[in-house]
Amino acid sequence: MELILSLGIGIMTGSGVWLILRPRTYQVIIGLSLLSYAVNLFIFGVGGLKVNAPAILTDGVPVSAYTDPVPQALVLTAIVIGFATTALFLVVLLASRGLTGTDHVDGREQSQ
Amino acid sequence: MPEKFLLLLLFLPFVGSIVTALLWRTAARTLPAWLAGGVALAATILTAFYYPSVTNGKIVRFEIAWLPELGLNFTLRLDGFAWLFTMLVTGIGFLVVVYARYYMSAEDPIPRFFSFLLAFMGAMLGIVLSGNIILLAIFWELTSIFSFLLIGYWYHNANARDGARMALTITGIGGFCLLIGFLLLGHIVGSYDLDEILAAGEVIQQHSLYLPALVLILMGALTKSAQFPFHFWLPNAMAAPTPVSAYLHSATMVKAGVFLLVRLWPALSGTFEWFWLVGIAGISTLVLGAYFAIFQRDLKGLLAYSTISHLGLITTMLSLGSPLAAVAAIFHMVNHATFKASLFMAAGIIDHETGTRDMQKLSGLFRFMPYTATLAMVACAAMAGVPLLNGFLSKEMFFAEAVETHADSILDRALPYLATLAGAFSVAYSIRFIHTVFFGPPPTDIPNPHPHEPPRWMRFPVEFLVFACLIVGIVPSLSIGPFLGTAVISVLGSDTPQYSLHVWHGVNLPLVMSVIAMIGGTILYFALHRYLAHAEDGPPIFRHLRGQRIFERILVTVSWKWARWLEANLGTRRLQPQLRLVAGISFLAAFVPLYFSGFEAKLPPLTGVDPAFAMLWAIGMLSALSAAVVAKYHRLAALLMIGGAGIVTCVTFAWLSAPDLAITQLLVEIVTTVLLLLGLRWLPKRLGKVDDSTSFTARIRRLRDFAIAATCGVGMSILAYAVMTLPVPDTIANYFLEHAYTEGGGRNVVNVILVDFRGFDTMGEIAVLGIVALTVFALLRRFRPAVESIEVPEQQRIQNAYDHDQPERQEGDTVRDYLLVPSVVMQWLFPVIITFAIFLFMRGHDLPGGGFAAGITMAIAFLLQYLGGGTRWAEDRLRILPLRWISLGLLVAVATGAGSWFLGYPFLTSHSQYLTLPLIGKVPAATALLFDLGVFVLVVGATVLILIAIAHQSIRTYRVKTPPKPEDA
Repeated sequence: MELILSLGIGIMTGSGVWLILRPRTYQVIIGLSLLSYAVNLFIFGVGGLKVNAPAILTDGVPVSAYTDPVPQALVLTAIVIGFATTALFLVVLLASRGLTGTDHVDGREQSQ
Repeated sequence: MPEKFLLLLLFLPFVGSIVTALLWRTAARTLPAWLAGGVALAATILTAFYYPSVTNGKIVRFEIAWLPELGLNFTLRLDGFAWLFTMLVTGIGFLVVVYARYYMSAEDPIPRFFSFLLAFMGAMLGIVLSGNIILLAIFWELTSIFSFLLIGYWYHNANARDGARMALTITGIGGFCLLIGFLLLGHIVGSYDLDEILAAGEVIQQHSLYLPALVLILMGALTKSAQFPFHFWLPNAMAAPTPVSAYLHSATMVKAGVFLLVRLWPALSGTFEWFWLVGIAGISTLVLGAYFAIFQRDLKGLLAYSTISHLGLITTMLSLGSPLAAVAAIFHMVNHATFKASLFMAAGIIDHETGTRDMQKLSGLFRFMPYTATLAMVACAAMAGVPLLNGFLSKEMFFAEAVETHADSILDRALPYLATLAGAFSVAYSIRFIHTVFFGPPPTDIPNPHPHEPPRWMRFPVEFLVFACLIVGIVPSLSIGPFLGTAVISVLGSDTPQYSLHVWHGVNLPLVMSVIAMIGGTILYFALHRYLAHAEDGPPIFRHLRGQRIFERILVTVSWKWARWLEANLGTRRLQPQLRLVAGISFLAAFVPLYFSGFEAKLPPLTGVDPAFAMLWAIGMLSALSAAVVAKYHRLAALLMIGGAGIVTCVTFAWLSAPDLAITQLLVEIVTTVLLLLGLRWLPKRLGKVDDSTSFTARIRRLRDFAIAATCGVGMSILAYAVMTLPVPDTIANYFLEHAYTEGGGRNVVNVILVDFRGFDTMGEIAVLGIVALTVFALLRRFRPAVESIEVPEQQRIQNAYDHDQPERQEGDTVRDYLLVPSVVMQWLFPVIITFAIFLFMRGHDLPGGGFAAGITMAIAFLLQYLGGGTRWAEDRLRILPLRWISLGLLVAVATGAGSWFLGYPFLTSHSQYLTLPLIGKVPAATALLFDLGVFVLVVGATVLILIAIAHQSIRTYRVKTPPKPEDA
C-alpha cells in the first residue's frame, strides 16, 4: 500500500516537475495540477494510511482507530485553493497569449 | 493631572493634523493657522498643568497593554526632563505657528504646511513621552518622515527635493540602526521598558553586547543630531521654509539625538567606549561646525553650521560622563533652542523683506528695520556667549567642565584649548551675522529694494524668545532654575550634583577662557572681513571636500551600479531558470538534512502490495506520464489525462478512509476540468512545430530537465515512503479526536477542525478564495483574446454552413439543438443538485460533507445550466450576482466570529447544541454551522464568479485587430 502510493506520488512529482520546466504555458498549468495532486497525497500520507478505518466519531471506538484528521483538514482546503490558483493561472495564461501572441512562458519565443 | 491626559497630549497634534489636512480645498489662509496655533497652545497649557506631577523626580506613567507577550506596551512616561522638552516642543511649536502664519505666502498650500507641522509635533512628543524604547523608535522614524515632507514642502524646487531625500536617507539609516540597537538593549535587559532599562545600567555595561548596542544607538542619535561625519544633511535641509528650519532643524528634531543621549545617559554613559565615541564625534563637530559657519554666504547656512556646532557642544558635554556636564548639557539644549529659533525667525524676516539671504548682498539693514535688528543682535550675542544672556551661562559651565580632568587622555587634555577655539569661532560668526547684515552702506543689489519692519505679530515670536534669553541670562535662578532642577533630578536621580546658576562666579579660569574667546573671535572676524566679502561659499580647503558629493557618489554606486551589476549577473526574467532553481533548491533542502542524519538505514523493508490498489495506481501513473508527454501538442488529451490522475487521487482518498477528501476532490475535479475546457476555447491551435527540437542545445536542456524531474520524483518517492511507514509519534490529532464531539459538537472531525478548532485559518482561506475570484474577474474585464481565436470556432462554422445549405433550416439551428436531450436533463437536474448541496451542507458537521463540498456542488448546479442551455440562455433566466455571494459569505463568517465577542469569548468561539425541528427531527445547531454557512456561500460565489467570467467571454464581441473598449465588460 505505502509502496504503491509513494511510487505514485514520485511519478506524479516527476511528471509535474518536468512539465513546469517546459516552455509552454499550458504545460506549466498541467504540471502544477499534477504537482498539487502529489503534494496533497503526500500531506495526506503524513497521517499514516488506514484502510476501512471509521471516518466519523462513533461511541466506543478508541481514538487510535481513526485516521488522522489534521492532514485531511489541511488537504481539504488545499484542494479548493488549488482550484482557485489554477483558475487564476489559466486567466493569466489566456491574457498573456492574447497580448503577446505566443504561449511561451516568457511572453516571447526563445531566440536560440 | 490624571495620567490618561498624556494620551490626549500625544494625540492632539495628530488629530489637529488630520483636521487641518481636510481643509486643503479651502482658500482660507488663516483658518489652518488658527487651528494649528490652537492645538499647539492647548498642548502647551496641558503640559504646564502637569508640572506639579513631575517635580522631585516624580514620574507620570500611562500604560496600555499592546503586545505584552513580546514586552511591547504602549507606555507613555513623563518625568521632569521629558516635561522640559515637551514644553520646548509645544511652546516653540506655538511660536513657530504664529510666525509661519505671516511667513507663508498666499500661493503656498497652507493647510498642507500646518498639517505636516502638527504631525511632526505629535511625532516629536511621541519621542519625548515614550516609555517603551520600541515605541520611541517608531516615533523617531515618524519625525524623519515628517521632516522629509517638510523639507520637501516646496517640491517644485530641486534643492528642496534633494535636501529632503538626503535628510531622510541619513536619518532613516540612523533610525534603522537605532532600532537594532534598541532590540539589542532590550535583549540585554530583558525588557523594552524605559524605567527598567534606566535601572539596569550596570548590567548593560558589563554585557558583551554593550559595544554593538552602543554603536548602533549612537548611529541613530548622531545622525539625527547632525554630528560629524553625518552633519551634511542639515545645511541641505535649509531648503525648507524658514519656520521649519526654526522648529525642526534648530529647536526640536535635531535635539532628538542629544535628547536620547541624555535619556539613556544613566544606562549607557561613563564607560571608556562612550567617552571616546561620543567625545570624538562631539568635539570634531563642535570645532568644525563653528569653523564652517564663519565661511557661509547664506544666512541660514551660517545658522545651520552654528546649530551643528552647538549640538556638538552638547554632545561633548555628554561624553564627559560627569553629572555636572550633564546638567550643563540639558541647560544648553534649552538655551540653544531659544536663541537659535529666534535667529532663524529673524533670518526669515530678512529673507522675506529683502528677497535674499546672501550675506555678500545684504548690508546696512539697521536703518530699515531697527527693531528686528536689535532683537537679532541680542540673540546673536546669546549665541556668542556674551554675559547677561542665557548662552553665556551654559557656555561657562561647559568651559568649567572642559578644564576638569575626566579621563586622562589626549582628548581630555586638548579639550580646554579646543573649547576656547570653538568659542572664538562662534564669536566670529556671530559678529559676521550682525556686522554684514545690519551695518555698513545701504544694500544695492537686493531683489526687494524697500525692506521694512515685518507685521507686528510676525515679530512677536522673536520678541518672546529674545525676552526669554534675557530673563534667563539675568536672573537664571528665578526663571529657569526650578524647571532645570526638576529635569536634572529626573535624569541623574541621586547623582544630582550641586550647581549654581549665578551670573558672576568671580574671576576664574572659565571666565578667562571666555574673554580670550571674545577677543580672539573679534580679531579673527575683522582679519577675515575683507576676504569674506568676496570669497566663494564655504571654508577654504574644506569647500572642496563636500560631504554631500561623497554621499551622492555612494548613493549612486550602491543603488545604481551595484544593483545593476547584481541584477545583470544574478537575475533573470526568464521563468524556466527560476523554476529550475526552485526545484533544485527544494530538492537540496530536503536531501541535505536527511542525508546527514543518515535516515535511509531506518527504512522498513518493502512489503504489502494490494493488487487492486496496484492496478488503480498503474492507471494513475500512466495518466501522469502521458499528461507529461502530450501536454505540448495535444492539450485536450493532456486535460483528460490529468482528469484520470485526479480520479485516481480521489479513489485513493476514499480507499484510505478519507471520505471528505474524496468528495471534495471529485467535485473540484469536475469544476477544474470544465474551467480548463472553457480556457481551451481561447488558446489557439498550435500550427506546425515550435522549437528546433533536434538541436544539440535543446537536447542537452531537455536531458537536464529530465534529470531534475527524475531526481525530484525519486526523492519524493523515498520521502513519502519514509513518512508513511515510519511510526507516527503522538500528534495533536488525538486532542482533536477526543474533543471534537465534546467541545465542537460534531462527529465529523475534519469538518469540526475546519469550522471550529482552526476556524480562523479557514476564514483566511476563504478570504484568499474570494480575492482570487475577484482577481480573475478583474483580469477578464479587459480580456483581449488571441487574434486567431476570436472568430467562431471551426465546428460551429461547419454547423452553420450546413444550416445555410438546407432550405428548411435557419442558421444556428444545429448549434441550438446540439445535445438537446442531455441539456433538458441538465435543466431538470437544477433543483435536484441544489437539494443535494443543501443536504451535503446540513450533514457536514456529523457526516462527510460540509461547506466547501456543498458550495462547489451548488456551483456545479449553476454551471450545468450554462453548459446545457448556453451562456445567453442561462443569463436570460438566472441572475446569480456572485459578487454579492462572496461578500455575503465573508460577512456571515466574520459576523459569526465576532458574535462571540458580545458574549465575552474570544473571536470565533463556537457554541453547539441540538435543535428538534418538526418532521426532520434532531438537527445540530452549532454556531460553527453558521460559520460553515459563510464558507458555503463564499465558495459558491467564488467558484461561480470564476467560471462564469470565463464562460461569459464567448458572448462578448471582439473587434479583430483593435483593442476592445475599456468598459466593454
